[in-house]
Formats: sequence, structure tokens, C-alpha cells
Amino acid sequence: MFKHLAAGIRSVGHRTIEGVWQLGHATRFFLLVLLKSGTSFRRFGLVIRELYYVGVLSLIIIVVSGLFVGMVLGLQGYETLQKYGSESAVGTLVALSLVRELGPVVAALLFASRAGSAITAEIGLMKATEQLAAMGMMAVDPVARVVAPRFWAGVISMPFLAAIFSVMGVFGGYLVTVTFIGVDAGSFWSQMQSNVDFRIDILNGFIKSCFFGVAVTAIAVFEGYDSPPTAEGVSGATTRTVVTSSLAILGLDFILTAFMFRGI
Amino acid sequence: MQRRILDFWVGLFVMTGIAALMFLSLKVGNLDTYGIADSYVIKGNFDNIGGLKTRAPVKSSGVVVGRVADIQFSTSTYDAIVTMNIDSRYQFPKDTFASILTAGLLGEQYIGLAAGGDEVMLKEGDTIMKTNSAMVLEEMIGRFLFDKASEDNDF
Repeated sequence: MFKHLAAGIRSVGHRTIEGVWQLGHATRFFLLVLLKSGTSFRRFGLVIRELYYVGVLSLIIIVVSGLFVGMVLGLQGYETLQKYGSESAVGTLVALSLVRELGPVVAALLFASRAGSAITAEIGLMKATEQLAAMGMMAVDPVARVVAPRFWAGVISMPFLAAIFSVMGVFGGYLVTVTFIGVDAGSFWSQMQSNVDFRIDILNGFIKSCFFGVAVTAIAVFEGYDSPPTAEGVSGATTRTVVTSSLAILGLDFILTAFMFRGI
Repeated sequence: MQRRILDFWVGLFVMTGIAALMFLSLKVGNLDTYGIADSYVIKGNFDNIGGLKTRAPVKSSGVVVGRVADIQFSTSTYDAIVTMNIDSRYQFPKDTFASILTAGLLGEQYIGLAAGGDEVMLKEGDTIMKTNSAMVLEEMIGRFLFDKASEDNDF
């Protein structure tokens, strides 16, 4: 009885120490990536190549999801608002929910599963097939050559993807409520413009997406670099990237929202 | 993939992203009307501002002519001092009447300016003399009940 209890307490302690150690390891790796980012800016071609795979190829899923999220928001918002006779406020509803929350968060979640998992799998496989070790042998720093360009490509593309998501969402909401249902186009835009503030809503949404970009790509490159060099290890690391970065996005979103929109 | 094609697509991506940000700030947000280019400041003392917030619109005949810049409580007169930024295209007479109104039944509160007949116009930093406080629902109901009770007592 006592033995089992002690074992349980020991396992809690073990996991705590393991977690703290892992967090410290990740932070050290993050700082290392930042320290060795000089190369990616001197040879910007490396970043551009990654921007293509991380950003441009994510466009389709971002555009389509943004459109549908906006259309659903428009439909649901109209459905509720028309009960109170204020269906012209549907533009405000769509724009505010997209710009403040859904744009950055959903775009970041999609980005984590579309691009973050790919980054982890690529780096993990390079490690498993000892390409990274081979680079080290040739005196090419794998962190500067492989990890940092991917990190910066993710950080740069995330705010753009979130903004494109929001714009497509607003367009989708416009399509459903104005074109199909017949809400007045003038009041759709004017209500939106008078209630969406540049600094409070749009700038804060932009800052959020920057934070998410850093968080998602930092987790993705760390999990890839840290993965056990086996097939199983790479698959586990890819799963962990998606799970950890999704949780990180949602947690960060709460903290950032609490800071940004307090007292409004 | 060839470098030139890669550059093209990435350039297109970045330009789309910047265009999206511009669209958000100009069309969805109100950056173009945010800072009224040329404005002057006037003040008004209100007994009760209700739910008025900073950045609430200041309207005259329904047209937005400015925004509420600041709301403070004065401990010398025990009322609220509302500072408004008014577009300098619009000049108002000195005896303009400012009241706190509500857009719709549940809408946001704004300041309505009703121009008076004075020849002298309000200048930068002037204070509006005639103000009308916000309607507070509880006070109205309370007054109604009080009137009702006193009516009943008469009989």
C-alpha cells in the first residue's frame, strides 16, 4: 500500500523534473536558433525557399477555411441578430470575431497542422537519416542551415496568413449576408467600420498572430530536432508538434486576450 | 524548383498578405477616419454619462462630427468632464446643446449636438454650457413608480 503510494509520488516528481528539463532544453534550443539566425538573413534565398513551402503552399487551406468560417459566421450571426431586428450589425459581428480571435487562432491551428507538422517531419527525418550529422561533419552548422530558415519562414508567413484568413472571412460573411440573404451592403460596411478599431482590434490581432507564428514554428523545429532518430520517433514528434502547438496557441490566446482587451 | 519561379510565388504571397493587412486596416477598420486630420477640442460637464465610453461618436443631426477623447470625474464640481475631438470642418455656436443619447433601444451611447443660435462659435478648449445627462433606466422607473405612488395617495 505504502509502496504504491511512494511509487505514485515518485512518478509525479519524475514527470515534473522531466517537464522542467524539457522546457529548459527547448528554451536553450530556441535561443540557439535566434543566435544562429544571422546566416538566414545573409543568405535570404534559404528563407525564401522555405517561405514557399511553409507560406505559399498553406494558402489554399487558409483561403478556403477562411471563406467558410466567414460564411458560417454570417449565417449564424444573421440568424441570431434578426431576432432583435439588428441584422445590419452582422458585419460588425463577422469582422470583430474574425479580426480579434478566429483569424489569428484558426489560421495558427491550421498552420500548425499544415506546416508545423511538415517542418517537424522533415527535420526529424533528416536527423534519422543522419543528414544533419553529415552536415556537421562538413562544418556546415545544421541549426543555421536547416533550422533557422524554417523558423524565420514560419514567423514571417504566419501574420500574412492570419490577415488573409480574416479578409477571406469578411468576404465570406459579405457573400452570405449581403448577396444571398439581402442585408443592406451600406450598413454592413459602415457598421463594421464604425465598430472595428484599428489599434484595439486589428493591431492586436496582428500582434497575436506574430506570437502564434513564433510559438508554432519554435515548437515545430524543436520537436523535429529533438526527435528520436527512428521512424517511430519521427511520427511521435510530428504528433507532439500538432498537439503541443495547438495547446500553446489556445493558452497564449487566452493570456494575450486578457492583456489586450481588459477593461473594454 | 527554379529560383525564379520560387521568388515569384513568394513575392506574390507576401504582396497578398500586405494587401490583406491594408484591406483590414482601411476597409474593415476605420484607420482613414480614426485620426480626424484637423480637429479641435471642446469639453462638456455632464451630471451622469450613463454608459458613454471613450471613442464614442459625437453626432449632430445623425452625422458623425467627432469622437469622445477622454472622460474624467471632477472632484471640484462632482460631475463628469467629457472631452471631445470635433472635426474642424464643423463649427458650432456657443450655445450648442449637448446631450447623451442612445442608438436604438440597446445600442451604444453617443453625444448628440444640437446647434444653437449664437453668432459666436465654440473655440478650441471651450466648454459647452448646456448639457443633458444620459437617461438611466433605473432612475426613470424609480421616478415613474414614485409618481404612481403619490398619485394613488391623492385618492
